[in-house]
Amino acid sequence: MRDSLGTAVSLVYLARLREAFGAASERIEAPPHVNTVGALRAWLAARGGAWATELAPGRAVRVAVNHDLAGADTPISPGDEIAIFPPVTGG
Amino acid sequence: MPARVQTEDFDVGHELAALRNCDPSIGAVAAFVGTVRDVNADASVSSMTLEHYPGMTEKALETIVADAKARWRIVEALVIHRVGALHPADQIVLVACTSAHRGDAFAACEFIMDYLKTRAPFWKKEETPEGARWVDARASDDEAAARWHAASKPLGKV
Repeated sequence: MRDSLGTAVSLVYLARLREAFGAASERIEAPPHVNTVGALRAWLAARGGAWATELAPGRAVRVAVNHDLAGADTPISPGDEIAIFPPVTGG
Repeated sequence: MPARVQTEDFDVGHELAALRNCDPSIGAVAAFVGTVRDVNADASVSSMTLEHYPGMTEKALETIVADAKARWRIVEALVIHRVGALHPADQIVLVACTSAHRGDAFAACEFIMDYLKTRAPFWKKEETPEGARWVDARASDDEAAARWHAASKPLGKV
């Protein structure tokens, strides 16, 4: 019997981070230990390159889960849309 | 709908008249308009592009308006925020609040702007003589929002 593949979520990248990552969105299977926004950030940073640079600890990054602003402890669930973006500059 | 995101310009007089709606319980109308400047951080700005997060933007603005209505006695509030290509002197955003009295109208208007500046998913990209650059968020905007003492909800910071 196969183990669970993990948590299928959609990631959306906006503004300067979309340019830095070279992608507007992607679908991923997050491994079981990646069950919070904070864990997801670290998991993505481990890809290296722009991911490591932009998502390094201390870099100002904002996250929304299903269109609500989230914190590092916000859990992620199958089917979630998780957006990662720089601090906002509207108004 | 208390919040609109659109590319088109807006007419402040028209919007305020519609917001007031001839309601005689209203004694105060407070409004703020944000406009594009031609200089930012020592560089001249020839044009700007406003990006947003479709699906979250209207929801975030409506949440901010609902927060304002919960804190102050507001008859009605309106936010219009433009997106797309803008140029110096263009209008960017309108925030307007109606109330029986000016204290609530002024406070709610300022609160909505302070929260919009830190929580609504918009990003500005400016064209300067040195090329295009994304505008950086300002610590002063975070400080302005913090004044309203509502850090209990996540701010998206991870």
